Amino acid sequence: MKNAFYYKTKKVIVNTLIHIFLISVAITCLYPLLWMISSSLKTQDMIFKDISLIPHQFRLENYVLAWQEGGFGRNFFNSIIYTVSVVFGIVIISSLAAYAFSRLRFIGSKFLFIMFMAAMMIPIPGSFVALYVLLNKLHLRNTPIGYILCMINVGLSTSIFLLKTFFDKMPKELEDAARIDGCSKIGIWWHVALPLAKPVLAVVIVFNALAVWNEYILALIIFDNRSFMPLQVALQSFQGEFVTNYPLLMAGLTITAVPIILVYLLMQKYIIKGVTQGAVVG
Amino acid sequence: MKIRDRLENYVFVLPAVAIFSIFYIIPFIWVFQLGLFEWDGISFTKVFVGLGNFKEIFLQDVNWWRAMWNAGYITLIALTFQNVLAFMLAWACDREIKMKNFYRVIFFIPPVLSEVVVGMAWRFIINDIDGANIINRTLVGMGFPNLVHNWLSDPKTALTTVAIVHCWKGFGWGFLIFLAGLQTIPRELYEAARVDGASAWQSFRKITLPLMIPVAVLVAILTVLGTMQVFVLIVSLVGGEFAGHTSVPVLRILASMRGSSRFGYACAQGITFGMVLIVISFIQYRFSKKGQ
Amino acid sequence: MWFKNVLLGAFVLFLVLGCSAEKLDSKPTISIWHWMTDRDPTFQELAKKYETLTGVKVNFELYAPSDAYSQKIRAAAQGTNLPDVFGILGEKRDFASFIKAGHILDLTSYMEANNNSWKDSFFPKALAVNEFGPQNSYGINPGIFGVPIDIMTIQMVYNKKLFTQLGLNPNRPPKTLQEFLDIGAKIQAAGMQGLVSGWGEVWMIDCLANNYAFNLMGKDKVLATIKGEVSYTDPDWIKVFTIFKQMKDSGVLAQGLVTMINKSAEQLFANEKAVFAFNGSWCVNVYKGMNPGLEYGAMLPPEASDKYPIAIWGGAGSSFMVNARSKNKEEAVKFLVWLTNQDQQAYLAASTNNLPANKNSLSKIPEILAQFARGMDYATHPNVWGVSEFSLVIEAFDRGIQSIIIGEKTPEQVAIDVQRIKERELAKKRAQ
Repeated sequence: MKNAFYYKTKKVIVNTLIHIFLISVAITCLYPLLWMISSSLKTQDMIFKDISLIPHQFRLENYVLAWQEGGFGRNFFNSIIYTVSVVFGIVIISSLAAYAFSRLRFIGSKFLFIMFMAAMMIPIPGSFVALYVLLNKLHLRNTPIGYILCMINVGLSTSIFLLKTFFDKMPKELEDAARIDGCSKIGIWWHVALPLAKPVLAVVIVFNALAVWNEYILALIIFDNRSFMPLQVALQSFQGEFVTNYPLLMAGLTITAVPIILVYLLMQKYIIKGVTQGAVVG
Repeated sequence: MKIRDRLENYVFVLPAVAIFSIFYIIPFIWVFQLGLFEWDGISFTKVFVGLGNFKEIFLQDVNWWRAMWNAGYITLIALTFQNVLAFMLAWACDREIKMKNFYRVIFFIPPVLSEVVVGMAWRFIINDIDGANIINRTLVGMGFPNLVHNWLSDPKTALTTVAIVHCWKGFGWGFLIFLAGLQTIPRELYEAARVDGASAWQSFRKITLPLMIPVAVLVAILTVLGTMQVFVLIVSLVGGEFAGHTSVPVLRILASMRGSSRFGYACAQGITFGMVLIVISFIQYRFSKKGQ
Repeated sequence: MWFKNVLLGAFVLFLVLGCSAEKLDSKPTISIWHWMTDRDPTFQELAKKYETLTGVKVNFELYAPSDAYSQKIRAAAQGTNLPDVFGILGEKRDFASFIKAGHILDLTSYMEANNNSWKDSFFPKALAVNEFGPQNSYGINPGIFGVPIDIMTIQMVYNKKLFTQLGLNPNRPPKTLQEFLDIGAKIQAAGMQGLVSGWGEVWMIDCLANNYAFNLMGKDKVLATIKGEVSYTDPDWIKVFTIFKQMKDSGVLAQGLVTMINKSAEQLFANEKAVFAFNGSWCVNVYKGMNPGLEYGAMLPPEASDKYPIAIWGGAGSSFMVNARSKNKEEAVKFLVWLTNQDQQAYLAASTNNLPANKNSLSKIPEILAQFARGMDYATHPNVWGVSEFSLVIEAFDRGIQSIIIGEKTPEQVAIDVQRIKERELAKKRAQ
């Protein structure tokens, strides 16, 4: 009896400590988000005077204003298109390449992989100007497809790295079985490797979606046409040269954060689901 | 048959290599050779200086190495504090506890917020005269009035404070990857261990840790790469390089590009930076291989 | 499965959208790229007005913030895709490089046409920033290359209400440095914050230090130092550095000054948390937005010496240049002439509380702006001196002052550091 009681108490104490730990971290995560939202509901002159989290009045119209003044409609749509296209492109291209680096043998495989890794590590300052000139020569400068191709490149190295690490760990039995069944290499990639890689693919999707969604400087430099601009560029218009319209900026930032959180909510389910589908380890 | 087989393999990597060659290699070569010139970014003429820029970086540019040192310091804190925190949170969420989903969403909010907002919000939280001074007030409330400090405006603590805010923003990624990794460890292993009479600590040490090492290496490499390039956060928290105390390499490169209009020199700095990162990653990789 | 289809559909959709080429316009359209977020609505209105008047379409495109704008202009210059009208945010030597690369139209002939009618409508100091004089050190043929659209000065402001609380006369701001430092003690005693400014952004430190340099040793000696004829370890320079130490010791500087960006400083002053601020005339609009009831006045930086007058930085606030390669040059110039005439300037100035560049537009401006305008008499600007200091020296100079303020270096040490870098740069230049 004593033993059972002891273990039960220990379990309760440990669980409580864990919860306290989790909750304190969660609070620190929530506070800045709440600050951002509460600032978005205040007025410009109250924003730094009133330091409480709950504003005196709820100026919900800030959100409407931010949407209109920021020209959010078109830019929001653009951002979605760019993010979806780039993520789609990266998922296909990097998983093909990562699978090849991990499972297929061909001359130059190691060399190419190292090149991708090196690229991940060498940031190019001033690359914006180089890309501008390059796109100009290719006549792709003021076009969405030019931007999308550039952004696909940005996320390629890290995604290949993540996926290859996973593919290396993947057990060969399923692939061997498929090959014996007469599956082509592409077939194995599509039917075996990709489904197993769902958790990592989810990470790749979230990672790249975030990067593209938050990007603004390349877009600002290579697009001359306002109707191609992504959301982040529109947001910058609240950060004036001298006057920053804080409430509208915060409202804009909150609107901007929502889709990404949705993407994450969708994807994180796959990361967790992976355990039931990939249970061939060991 | 064999040739066709081999060719097929190349098709897999073709799209990646094609895009990479056009959009990375070409700009890279352009930037690389620019490091050998003195150029203001505007004129159509450049002055060839050979390795002059690199000599200047290695022999005279004290500010650059101080920036590297600062970035290294922040990265060290990220590798330890941030990643240990991320792992502990992932481990806690891996267990069967209530509100798992809630935590999983909350912990990913910091990475989603833009660096500008994070800087502004934390400045508000930490600072005394232009903020709500929450940290200091909490310390006093908990009974530590002598720990009260100007965290962001005191040169001695500014860098560490920035590092901690950066960790706050970054741990969500480590958390996500660690959680994904932990979830791929089949429950049967733990069951078997429990049946064999192993304690929680033993099964952690013998099962969890070894299987998580490759994931940990992955996270470490990504942490180094991401943290060494931090800069937006620094500008929104402390306004800039704070007399050198919060200089970081990217800020130095931007200063060369914009402040001094020395585009060629900035490219040389970028190349040097890249080389250092490669060396560090290589060492990390080797180290991890030995560990296995 | 459906998810994949959605993705595929989106992909196809964007391909269709993405490959659409730009449509060509038949009317002459002037494209103007600018960074002035606060003025964009006003610009759009003026553009419409101009179109009604002349039928010429003017397209104002905003690219903010100013850092990003700067990069965009430089990238466009590389690809020779600059718009018809744009601005150069940077120093005189960058301006010179643009001119040498053939990007900027020489406006002298337009300015001097009709007996200098366009030229004379401006405050001389506003034009001076856009001019290259005879025998300038940049190697540019003398001429006027830009059009100012407003002027600004950078001075100090003080909070009248807090003055009264400290027992000071709100209509008598400190005239001498000593008076200023004495107020510091009162501020400390009252537990208030003194001077705020964006000294995390080093150029503002440079501005004030330079103001005092002119005050202590006169313009000629300062320019001689830049030319390398006088050392930074000269006692006059050490006096300049010491002023910052004195300010720090007296308590007249706000806490955390060196980590502030100008926007935080503006917030603090607007919310009456600081007694003084060092800021430019644009602040009038900012403060009005954050705290319309703020009672404050403008003042010159308190003099440290009466040998030479104190200087402040002022001149053109923002300027536009015309693309020399533009197909619509003539139309662009005509538009700029219109934009800078009396009525448009008055309108622009009123809508964003800025000072007009046209000297005939000053009639009805708020008192606080008039105080800033009066400072123009003392105004100078690095872009009119004809010489530039090496940027690494400026950086060491500004960071040195930051170190003095946080108590890490003494004025003498900073002087030695700065001079060392100066000598290194001079040696490099001689070697070329």
